[in-house]
Order: sequence, then C-alpha cells, then structure tokens
Amino acid sequence: MSKLTAKMSNFRWGSTLLLIVVVGIWSVPTISLLLTSFRGRDLANASPWWEVFLDPLNQDWTFAAYEKSLNLNGLGSAFINTLVVTVPATVLPIMAAAFAAFAFTFLQFKGREIYFAGIVALMVIPLQAALIPVLRGLVAIKQATGFSLIGNFAGTWLLHSAFALPLAIYILRNYMMTLPNALIEAARIDGASWWQIFWRLVMPMSVPALASFAIFQFLWVWNDYLIAFIFVGTKNPVMTYQVLRLLGQYGDGWQNVAAASFISMMVPLIVFFALQRYFVRGLTAGAVK
Amino acid sequence: MISDILFGLASIVIGIGASYGLYWLLDQLVNRLPEKLQKALRAWAYLLPAMTLLVLILLVPLLLTFLYAFMNDSQRGFVGFDNFVDLFTDPVFIDVLINNFLWIAFVPAFTVAAGLMFASLTNNVGPRREKIFKSLIFMPMAISFVSAATIWRFMYANVPPGRPEIGLFNAIVKLFGGEPQAWLQLTDWRVNSLLLMIIIVWLQTGFSMVLISSAIKSVPEETIEAARVDGASSLQLFWRIVFPQIWGTVMSVFITTVIMVMKIFDIVLAMTGGQFQTSVLGYMFYQEFFLNGNTGKASAIVAVLTLLIIPLMIVQVVSFRRQEAMR
Repeated sequence: MSKLTAKMSNFRWGSTLLLIVVVGIWSVPTISLLLTSFRGRDLANASPWWEVFLDPLNQDWTFAAYEKSLNLNGLGSAFINTLVVTVPATVLPIMAAAFAAFAFTFLQFKGREIYFAGIVALMVIPLQAALIPVLRGLVAIKQATGFSLIGNFAGTWLLHSAFALPLAIYILRNYMMTLPNALIEAARIDGASWWQIFWRLVMPMSVPALASFAIFQFLWVWNDYLIAFIFVGTKNPVMTYQVLRLLGQYGDGWQNVAAASFISMMVPLIVFFALQRYFVRGLTAGAVK
Repeated sequence: MISDILFGLASIVIGIGASYGLYWLLDQLVNRLPEKLQKALRAWAYLLPAMTLLVLILLVPLLLTFLYAFMNDSQRGFVGFDNFVDLFTDPVFIDVLINNFLWIAFVPAFTVAAGLMFASLTNNVGPRREKIFKSLIFMPMAISFVSAATIWRFMYANVPPGRPEIGLFNAIVKLFGGEPQAWLQLTDWRVNSLLLMIIIVWLQTGFSMVLISSAIKSVPEETIEAARVDGASSLQLFWRIVFPQIWGTVMSVFITTVIMVMKIFDIVLAMTGGQFQTSVLGYMFYQEFFLNGNTGKASAIVAVLTLLIIPLMIVQVVSFRRQEAMR
C-alpha cells in the first residue's frame, strides 16, 4: 500500500511541476504586456521587457501611461460608454429571456417544443448574417420617422439583446425545468397570479442560472467590438474601440496601448475572479451535450 | 464627464424601466381578458417581446440576407448568381475559404487537446492547486479579442534592424542564431494565420478545460476503482475508462469551438487587418460591407458562412432533441 501512496504522491508532484511550466508559459504573454504598461516610453521602446527581471530597481517604473490613457487617450469616458452599453445589454435580454423561459417551462401552448427547437437552432446564427438587413431597416425607419437607432446606445442594447436571447432562453429554461412543479401548482391554488409566481417564486429560485448568464453576457458585451463600433462608433467610443485605435499607434510606445488594454481588462478580470464559480456554471449549462 | 455619467445612468434606468413597464402592461392586458382567452394567450404575452426581437432582428434579417445575396448593391434589382460568381472567381475569396478551413482544422482540435491535458493534469494536484492553475489558464477568457491582440502583437513584435528586439518571438529566434522575422507577414505555409490561431487556442483553452474537467469529475468513481483493482495503468485508465465516458462533452466542446471559429473576426481585424493572406469570412464580410460598400457581395459571403454553419446547427438541434427525450 505504501508503495502505491508513494507512487500517487510522485504523480501529484510530477503533475504540479508540469503544470507550473505550462501555466507559466500560458501567462507569459499577459505578464509581458503588464510589465510594459508600467515602463517609461523610452525604456519600453528601447529595451525588452524581460530586462526588468535583471535589474528591477533601475527601471523608472511609472503610472504615466495609465494617466495618459485615462485623460488624453479617452479611456476614461470610454469606460463610461462601455458601462452604458453593457449594463442594459445584460439586464434586458435576461428579463426577456426569463419571461420567455418561464412561458416555455410552466405555461401550455401549441407548438411549444417546435418553437423551442427553433430557438436552439438560432443559437448558432452568426451576427453578421443579420447585420445588413437590420441596418437597412433602421435607415428606413429613420427616413420614415426621423428617429434613429444608429449612433445611439439603444441600438446596441437591441442588437446585443436579440443575439443573446437564444442562449439565454436555453440556459434559463433548462434550469427552470429542474424547479419543482408542485411548488408552482401550490402557489396557483393559493391564488397567486402568474405575475406574482414569476417575480416572487421563479425568479428568486433561478438566481444561480440568472447570475451565470449575467456574467457571461456582461463579459461578452463588454468585450465586443463590432456592434459598438457600428452603433456608437466614434461618437461615444467604447473601450475596445479606443484600444484598437491605440494599437494602430504603437509607434508612440507600447506602454500606452498596454496600459489602455489593462484598463479595459480591469472590470472583466474583477468580475471574472470574483464570480468565477457562477461563470463556470454558466458555461457548463450552455453547452448542448 | 459628470454629464456623461448622468446621461449613462439615465439611459440605464429608462431602458430597464421601460422594459419592465412593457411586461407589466402585457400582463395587465391579458388579465383583462376572459378566463379562457387568458389561458391561451398568457404564454404569448410573456413570449411576445423576446419573440419579436428574435423575429425582427434575427430571423427575418437572416432570410433577407439570403435574398440580398442575389441582388445588386442597392437592393433594387435581382442579379441572379452574379454575386456568387463574383466571389468564387475572386482569388482573395478562395484564399479566405482556405483560411477558414485551416482555422476549423487546427483551432478546435488544439483547443480540445489542450483543454483535455489541463483538465486531466489539474485533476491530480489537489483542490487548492487545482483552483489556482485553473484560474490562470481560464483568465484569458475574460479579456477581449482586441486586448488579446494587443498582447500578442507585442509577442510577435518586429523592430527595425539594429534596435534591441522587444518581441519575445524574435528574441528567442535570435538567441538560437536565427534571423528576426516580421511574423505577421510570413505568408509561406500561412505561418501568419497559424500565429493568429495560437491566440484563439490561448483564449479558448480555458473554456474547454472547464467543461472537460467537470465531465471528468462526474465519471463514476466505481468504474475507475474497478479498473485500478484489475491493474490498469494510469494511461490505460485515462484512455480506456475515463475518455469514453467524457466523449460527449469533448464533442460538444469541439462543435462549440468550430462554430466560434467560423465567425472569427475581431482577432484578424486587430492583428493584421486581413492583410498578408490572413483574411477570413467574417473579416471579408466586414471589409466588403463597411469599407467597400459592396452589399451584394457581402451578403453572399455571409450566405456562404451560414450555409457552412447549418450542418452544425442540425447537429445541435438533434443532440438537443435526444437530450430532451432522456429527461
């Protein structure tokens, strides 16, 4: 037996060592840019980042690039724009999907299974496949009514919501299927309205699934480039837009775009590390097995 | 700045408040109906906003895109298969198709393989270390394609001759006595496209690791114990006992990654702008539509993309129906 335990322990240490090496390599790209973001312009351009390990104290460490990004390079207002795009684009599809999933799970109607299979099918449609007609339609609406969703945050909310809906409905419905039906029936008998059942019973019980999807959608929208570029573009630029713009100017020094990248990553990383458990659960729930 | 914040807050509150109000209104309308109609229509009242969005922003536009693919750039007349003839006789498009197939050939396989490796390795090291390692592998999933592009453009950076190398790739090549390269311009064997694929594997491996890992953990302990008692080696244990039981998850990760890779766009935009033969369908669409204004051609490109995705859609729906049947 002790031979087996020794073997197991070797196995454990071997795996750990191997992982340290591979995970180390995996992290090098991120670390290299992180270190660069704290270097002065001259050093960032003239000496490789790994030299900071040779002489860490003599490196003119500075927050200058972060300061410049926030003030001059517009990352500060881009941060707010991104937030204005992301929060409703996360909450709205969840509300719509929760109501739809509720109907798919607890209410009877004709063709329920067929419609739901249709939603599963829509999960794989690429955004690009709908883009041109949607933009045409919005232009037509503008010509007819003078009201324009292009150049407007509401446009990003609508598009992000619509494209999030299939996956959101799928995840939430699968979760709601696991809730005890007897509970809902009991509430019906006690005279609760469907509205009350939805808000007081089903929504609170679905919090784990709601949270998983919310994190998923939040990161997705926060990191999106295309929709934000189309709808709010240069007028209210979001972070991905600004980072990409700075990336085109890396001749000014890598430290600028590096700092901008890390500013744009800050919120996703915080959300990710704080709520990792839910995020993982959301992923597991989303995969059709 | 302050007005930006106020405007933002106001938009958020109005946007969310209006949608809540919409549902409340729908519910109230249904409540005013006779009992029998209520029963028939309540589901549709709750489905209405979601279904309206899906039909107006996904379904109808999707069909229109197929229609536009057969029309001229202003959608004023039909041109038959001209847009497709235009595409398939365009050497750039053939290049793009080859690239897309290369992406499908490499990225899902490597993503699954790396995920499998990390999932099984982290399974051996005890819960605390497992959590740390997994977070680090998983971390890139939280960052945007644009930020990932920044990170990797720096890795692949190439400086004018005579200056110190700041890109890691060139520094390593130089260390072994090689010539520094402009990595993203290496079109031979499409090395540059492969370098872009590395980025996606780097980003997506966390996803595949997490799903495969949870599948490995749900493999019944008895099956492993039984094989161990029979004297199976660790490798045999993995390939003969664990792997067959996680096959379903491995396949679903593979398919999800294929779907994701087919519509890849941002990374090409941010890394090369589609130059040096690195363009893909998603990027060519963007270029034809936004930069060249060729609406017909752009529609034909997404029509091709969608047709390529449809088999995967069928796989998804079939496996969903099978799953439902097992409930």
